[in-house]
Amino acid sequence: MADPRHILVVGGSAAGLSTAEALRRFGFDGALTVLEAEAGGPYDRPPLSKQVLDGSWAPERAALFPADRLARIGLRHLTGVRAVSLDRRRRVVGTDVAGDIGYDELVIATGVAPRRLPGDRLPGVHVLRTMADALRLREDLLRGGRLLVVGAGFVGLEVAASARRLGVPVTVVDPDPRPLAGRLGPAVAGRLLRLHAEHGVQLRPGAGVRRITSSAGRADGLDLGDGTHLAGSAVLVAVGCRPMVDWLAGSGLDVTDGVRCDARCQAAPGVWAVGDVARWHHDGFGRPMRIEHRQHATEQAQAVARNILGAGVAFTPTPYFWTDHFDVRVQVAGFVPAGATLRPVEGNIADGRFVALAEHGGRVAGVVAWNSAKAFTAHRRLVPAFAAASAPSRPGYGDEERT
Amino acid sequence: MRIRTERDSCIASGACVLEAPQVFDQDEDGVVVLLAESPAPEVAESARNAMMACPAAVITIDEDA
Repeated sequence: MADPRHILVVGGSAAGLSTAEALRRFGFDGALTVLEAEAGGPYDRPPLSKQVLDGSWAPERAALFPADRLARIGLRHLTGVRAVSLDRRRRVVGTDVAGDIGYDELVIATGVAPRRLPGDRLPGVHVLRTMADALRLREDLLRGGRLLVVGAGFVGLEVAASARRLGVPVTVVDPDPRPLAGRLGPAVAGRLLRLHAEHGVQLRPGAGVRRITSSAGRADGLDLGDGTHLAGSAVLVAVGCRPMVDWLAGSGLDVTDGVRCDARCQAAPGVWAVGDVARWHHDGFGRPMRIEHRQHATEQAQAVARNILGAGVAFTPTPYFWTDHFDVRVQVAGFVPAGATLRPVEGNIADGRFVALAEHGGRVAGVVAWNSAKAFTAHRRLVPAFAAASAPSRPGYGDEERT
Repeated sequence: MRIRTERDSCIASGACVLEAPQVFDQDEDGVVVLLAESPAPEVAESARNAMMACPAAVITIDEDA
């Protein structure tokens, strides 16, 4: 539609609100509504596993935008309202408490939700996605006792580091014998795991979880696949996320592992998707991708806003993420496949700081930095916008991480 | 236009430097350094791009100042 009068954004976190802001910036002056299922003000997720959990930030500091920036967008902001259905023919979204809401253009920004394990709905078992999740987990950590983390991905390990900061003993288990090797390369992944071990985190790579054990209705440990029992007073399940697409059942959209979109992030006439929930066709890699990174939400929001307003541009980003552990920040642009050769361009892999190019199939597939943020920015330009030969077929984006 | 940055919350992504190198730099730890509080009109648009690109929303632009 060349001149939409009402744009409805379902999902009011980073991707949804950034899309709304970008629409205004690019000149949309019609009606703009953002629906958000959570009540309360929007907050940013990367601090949840770090500063909010370890208490170095009060929760208010994780606000997504300063209040005046949010107010300047000029939108109808409906919080505590959940979308429950989509009728594309009538261009109407059904909600739980606000009735039906019509639209000219719809932006789906409902994000992802943590995957769960069987039998994990009992006191003492946590996931980490929302502010409420973070505050509940923090409360349990402050009670003392060992934290058992299921999943040595970025969220699981960031939480382990925060727990250690609080003096909490931590054990991390993961069925993968080489956790994160597919995301950071084996050398850097190994270094990150050693950093955790040096800070007292007990790591059990290659250990699958058979079940969560409980006593008196509360989780009290894990039974591992090898017969070992680990005792603990809290369990974090950090085994990745799944797209929040249940409300789209019956919409006729392809929602297999996210909302399937074309290269312009459009799912169907009048329907777009952005952020963690979007599985769009990356023309550079020549395949559909879904990316759960914070920077991606912001970048895709700009592209979706432009395309709703008629730009017609394919979205071909170079993925970027960062992750913080103890006093170390790791940054990656592009990909660092397990089979890549790391070529240091600043420092060496064993040093306290380094930047390395990940070369794979004769190309630079990515760049990885360890406590070298300034140098990283300089070398990031060396990563081509995409490196099709080097991209994993499903680049780990079923893994949890939101950093 | 007047720009403010909140260095304490900067996560050192460098997104601002990639968007607007005339306006933003990074210190050795990667934390944002504001080069031009009131940038020249020809780089104002790139500064707005940087504000939108920042994944920690630490850049604030007052258009009226």
